[in-house]
Amino acid sequence: MRERLPLLCVLTIVLIVWFAAAVPMNWDQARGFADDDANWSTIALATLSLDRPLLPTPIQVASEMIRSMFDYPITSPRSLIFHAGVTAWSAMIGFIIAMFAGIALAIGIVHIRTLDRALMPWLIASQAIPVLAIAPMVVVVLGHAGLTGVVPKALIAGWLSFFPISTGMVKGLRSSDVMQRDLMRTYHATSAQVFAKLRWPASVAFLFPAMKVAAPLALVGAIVAELPTGAQAGLGARLLAGSYYGQTLQIWAALLMAAFLAMLAVALVDVSQVLLVRARGGRL
Amino acid sequence: MSVTDVRDTVIEARGLGVTFEADGHRTVALTDVDLSIHKGEFVSLIGPSGCGKTTLLRLIADLQQASTGTLVVNGMTAEQARMQRAYGYVFQAPALYPWRTLERNVALPLEIMGLSKEERARRVAKVLDLVGLADFRKRFPWQLSGGMQQRASIARALSFDPELLLMDEPFGALDEITRDGLTLHLHQLWRSTGLTSVFVTHSVLEAVFLSTRIVVMSSRPGRVVAVIDSDLPEQRDLDIRESPRFLAVAHAVRAALREGHGDA
Repeated sequence: MRERLPLLCVLTIVLIVWFAAAVPMNWDQARGFADDDANWSTIALATLSLDRPLLPTPIQVASEMIRSMFDYPITSPRSLIFHAGVTAWSAMIGFIIAMFAGIALAIGIVHIRTLDRALMPWLIASQAIPVLAIAPMVVVVLGHAGLTGVVPKALIAGWLSFFPISTGMVKGLRSSDVMQRDLMRTYHATSAQVFAKLRWPASVAFLFPAMKVAAPLALVGAIVAELPTGAQAGLGARLLAGSYYGQTLQIWAALLMAAFLAMLAVALVDVSQVLLVRARGGRL
Repeated sequence: MSVTDVRDTVIEARGLGVTFEADGHRTVALTDVDLSIHKGEFVSLIGPSGCGKTTLLRLIADLQQASTGTLVVNGMTAEQARMQRAYGYVFQAPALYPWRTLERNVALPLEIMGLSKEERARRVAKVLDLVGLADFRKRFPWQLSGGMQQRASIARALSFDPELLLMDEPFGALDEITRDGLTLHLHQLWRSTGLTSVFVTHSVLEAVFLSTRIVVMSSRPGRVVAVIDSDLPEQRDLDIRESPRFLAVAHAVRAALREGHGDA
């Protein structure tokens, strides 16, 4: 309980500010609906329970989440769990692509000097392109090639999340010290052996922080990829539909769900880290 | 220098020199080193910082290349000797891999050489026993004291039965009490294995206690100023450090160090 206290404090403050902000932001709308002789306290109360408020209250968002999660079967396109699952699936595929691509790039960069110079500027440039700008093009081009559904979404999620993996791994693969490498030289070890027995195990400590950055990015990528395509499913589609029809509750519920997914992803990374630390006797 | 059969020469250096070039400056790290080390000898390289003692050891290990001169290790070039894993090398720091247990650290060279699992286990058990760490084989390096870590790194260097043991100030980072213990331990190890050893140090006491021969070096430029034979008995214990013969050798080493420093 004691270590949860700071978190609870922040949560309380957020909720208070949230409620407090809902009153002025929804005031005009609430007064429009109210009787002419309604006093201010009636209007203030009304700001907290509008159908399409500018800023829904936490309670409204929570009840919308519960309703959209549990009132429908999870295969229904009205279920929030269904949409979250669709997004999580493409984010996960994208994350796996990012892991393979990021690690492969890092191995290349670390072992081949030319690649270091040839690739790094492009990798940095790739991250400077707004994903919102490139996502529609990727979707259209791939759609033309007959690739629709999860593939373009996963690619955009991978695009956004490979960078921290590759930069983290480049640093990790180079993290062994001179003596540790000289030792390998005295054994006349091949570079494959140096990789397997020194560079790779040394890099793992850098891989986990990189994964923690990359996992939420993969989710962002998947959601952004769902926005421009008129996608039928996914949190992105849900956000888009919500803003078309002024369903602010739906938007907020989808946003919170995205945040929960990100926390879940980071928690999964943490769990795998704990397991590895245990296998290494208590240290990474 | 004692007269020894040529076949028994393990290391033969002639006119060995190393020159660095950086920012247009030429730095002579080592110049004109002539040295023969014979089978079963324990030779210490001693001198002030910058005298090239570590450089000389790294040349023998082919971790660094000479600019001039010739170097024969085990009847071949230093590179060939390294490729045949002729030597075990102990660094200034233990350089253990923190994600490996002690026994897996010691097994590292054996894995690289492709030995079978049973053979690896047999040799690891043998050398860990030799350095007195058998009970700690499942521990991780950070769970051990500095002295134990360095003992583990010596075990690792011995695990593949090299013909030569090269040590670069292995006890430099340890406290004096631990140092004394390890120095005695190393002496007993050398006595029992008869392994040709080259030991870099800046401690006169350590050098005299351990060595059959002491190579005194000086800096700017790094060079050998004297080679002092020790006439101490092969069997030694820590008390020998107070004996007149020990003090006489130590005195000779100190005199050579001073002389080297004076004409630099």
